[in-house]
This record gives sequence, C-alpha cells and structure tokens, in this order.
Amino acid sequence: MDLNGLINQKSEWLKGEGPRSDIVMSTRVRIARNLDGHLFFNWANSEQRSDVLEILMKALGKNNFFKPAAFIRLKDISELDKEFLVERHLMSVEHTRDTAYRGLVIGDKEIVSAMLNEEDHMRLQVIHSGFNITEAWRIVDEIDTSWGGLLTFAYSNRFGYLTACPTNPGTGLRASVMMHLPALEMTGQIENVYEAISKLGLTIRGFYGEGTEAAGNFFQISNQVALGHSEADVLDNIERVINKVIVKEEETRGHLLKNKRSETQDGIFRSYGTLKSARIITSRETIKLLSSVRLGVDLGLITDVSTSSLNEILLLMQPAHLQKINARELNPHERDIKRADMVRVRLGNG
Amino acid sequence: MKCDICNKEEATVHLTEVVNDKVTKLHLCERCAKEKSQQMQAHFGLTDLISGLMDIDPQINEEIQTAGPQLKCGFCGMTYYDFQKNGKLGCGKCYEAFSDELSTLLRKIHGSDRHLGKMPFFDAAESNNRETLNRLRQEMDDLIKSEKFEKAAIIRDRIREMESGETDKGQNGS
Repeated sequence: MDLNGLINQKSEWLKGEGPRSDIVMSTRVRIARNLDGHLFFNWANSEQRSDVLEILMKALGKNNFFKPAAFIRLKDISELDKEFLVERHLMSVEHTRDTAYRGLVIGDKEIVSAMLNEEDHMRLQVIHSGFNITEAWRIVDEIDTSWGGLLTFAYSNRFGYLTACPTNPGTGLRASVMMHLPALEMTGQIENVYEAISKLGLTIRGFYGEGTEAAGNFFQISNQVALGHSEADVLDNIERVINKVIVKEEETRGHLLKNKRSETQDGIFRSYGTLKSARIITSRETIKLLSSVRLGVDLGLITDVSTSSLNEILLLMQPAHLQKINARELNPHERDIKRADMVRVRLGNG
Repeated sequence: MKCDICNKEEATVHLTEVVNDKVTKLHLCERCAKEKSQQMQAHFGLTDLISGLMDIDPQINEEIQTAGPQLKCGFCGMTYYDFQKNGKLGCGKCYEAFSDELSTLLRKIHGSDRHLGKMPFFDAAESNNRETLNRLRQEMDDLIKSEKFEKAAIIRDRIREMESGETDKGQNGS
C-alpha cells in the first residue's frame, strides 16, 4: 500500500454510513501504550528513540490486523504528505514535527492506524463512520490483546498503563465522536452543550482534535478522564452523553422545520446554490456551506446528493488534498480557485 | 465581521474559550490570531496547566527548586523538578519514583489515582494475581463505603472471574 494510493481511496470514516450518521460523522477510539523498560519519547535520546521505532515497526509488521498496511517513516516523506495525513485524521499535528524517529502505520481502508513515537511509543486508533463506539473499541481491544508476549507494555497495578503525560495513564483510552450540530449552533444552544459537557468529564474539540477550533458546525466530543474508571465505564459515559446531544439536535431540527421552515430552506438552498456556482472559495466558506447542505440532505430537502459525497468533498477541499490532486504546490489563491472547480464538478455542475 | 483585537482586518479565526464553565467567543483576524496563539502557548500550555495543578510556578528559579528535597527516578534519571518543568514523565518507572506526588496530581486530574480498567496479559497470567485480588477487594470495599454500588458490582464480577480461574482469557478486565 503506498501513500499516493490513499488519495483515490475513500476512508471508511467518510462513508456517511453507520448508526446515526445523520448527526454523528465518525467515531474514533484510541489507546496510548509505552514499551516497558524504554524511556518515553520526550526523554529518550536518538538511539533509544530509534530502538523503540524499530521494535514497534517489526511487531506491527507481524500483526495480522496490519495486513495489508502502509509502514511510513516520517523522515522519508514530504511536508505536503505529512499535512495530507493530518487532514485524513491519521495523525496529529504534533506528529509532523521532530520526525527523525517517528512512524505511522496505516491499515486497510484507514480503519486502523498507529502513530509510533508520538508523545507515547504507540497511539493505536480505530475510526469508524457513524456512531459506533462499541465496534471501534472492540477492534482496538482485540489488537491490544493480540500482542501476547511479543510486546510488554509499561503498566502498574496501581496506575494502569503508564503514559508520558499524567492526563493519560490508567486505561490510556480516548474516545472521540465527531458530531454535526448545525441546529444547536444556529439556535445558540451549543453553548449549553459546552457547559454541560465540561461538567461530565468530557471535552469538546475542533475538527482536527486537540487545540483546534470547531468549523462548519462539526464538533468533536471526547472523554478527558482515563484513570479510575474501567474502559466500559468511560465508553458508557460518553455514549450516554452523545445520545442526549443527538436527541437535542434532533428536537431542534424538528423545531426549525416546523417554526422556521422557509428560513431554514432558504439558507440551505442558498448554500447549495453557492457551492454549485462559486468560482473562488475559501476552505472556511466551503465547510460552512457543506454543513448547511448536509443538513438539507438529513432533513430530506435535498435529494440529489449523498452524505457520503459531501463527506468526500469535505476531505478533498483541504489544502494538502487539493495540492495532491493537482500534483503541484498551489498558493492560497490558486487553491481557492481549484477548490471551487472541484466542488462544482463533484456537485454535477462543472 | 471585524477582528476583536485590532478592529481593522476581517475576522477569519473564531475561538471559543471555556474558563470555569463560562464560555467566551473571540473573532480574530489571521495576524492577531497568530499572536494570540503564541501568547496562549507561552502562558497557558498544557505544561503550565499541569504545573499549575502541582502548585509550582515553572518560572521559579532552578536554584530554589533544586535546593529542596530531590526526587529522582533511578531508571531514567528524571528529577521531579524536570517533570514539573516539562509536564511529561521520563519513563514508566517515574510513576513509582514520584508515586506520592503523582497520586495527588492524578486525583486532581482524574478524580482518582487507581486504575480500574484492563490489565495486560502478563499481569493476569502471572502469580501476582493475589496482589491484584487484594487490590480489587480493597477497591470494592472503598466503593461500597462511598455508595458507588454500580462500580463495586463491576469489580465484584471481576474478582469472581479471577477466582474461578478464568483469568488467562481475561485480558478484558472491564
């Protein structure tokens, strides 16, 4: 599997399918693991970092969950490729820096992937489309169990799996659910969601995870607490909260359709019109309009485009993806033009 | 919409901050957003947040710090002061070396300093089952005392599972 092949491949999490895919775009579950007897990345020297990378590359190479897979050493790929991988949610922004001994392994359909030598030796993640925490955790758990005696992780009975940052030990587990909440945002209720969630041991992040802002009404909700609760408890808590947010969003959508039907329809069809007609468009505007059209599809107002196609545009309209498609570097203005072209073609109005 | 800071450029970056459950929104132009983000990184990185929880100012002169009692991890050589500065631990053994200090910090972050989840294969299969069972029984008692019965039941089930000798398949401790 090679990196350039990914551009023509549809990531599983973008399929627009799975439970509640009208409101939940994707579910991601990750665990942090470190090798016993090895220094954590930030405190290790070059030789120690290299040892860890080699051990893990070898172990993942033998693992059936990573057949087929792309084994990438980040020092070998271009800046553009790194950005491309961040845009596909396969690695963090942090992982694009200090790349001498960092690795990334991407499994089939991009469902399973592992960052090697990020903050922890291994960050294993599974992404699924729709609201699918149980299934994502099942796969993570199976892979985590599959090492048997091959890898020994840093673990203590008292503190659980040991991690570089004190925010992660214990389960090392983080579940994140990417939600599309246009109605709650439009009616100003999203701030109540923020407040409620921060009181429940959960947190809201932007589209690209930690340290990023919410864009186009996409919000990532994840657990903050990793220690003192079993995995089942952590996942159960987030699942319950997400279900409540889904109901709220649904009710608000219903309210908009009932009481502000014309305004809602007008906004949606204007957005659709702009996307189908624009000649120059920024990513910020695109994501905003896509959000509106997506709502139109969910409400049954727009029927000639699928959620899956909208998800694909959302992925492809990002800077690194546009440059990969066009096979050359593009300045921001050129990108805005190429983006408008790509969106029109994909919406059948080229 | 104009930038909230310079009031001149068009705002293209929209920040939402949650501080003590209060939500504030900031609309910034690209230049002011960059400056703001640098300021935020300088003044409020995760390191500072963790140092804040440890009640230690990372700016404090190194000499004052090192004059105090020195905790050091025997495996990787990280001192507790290094950890306070970086916000990250050096290796798994640091957790033992700094266990008292870390317990306090972990309780502040997670509301607990005891792992309740999955155990790795070697742990369940090896002879330290007894130690694990003791730990679980202690935790179950604590939970019953604090009337957290749902969680206590989960632990009770795991104890039963371990006692019935099914531990070797029981990677999944949840």
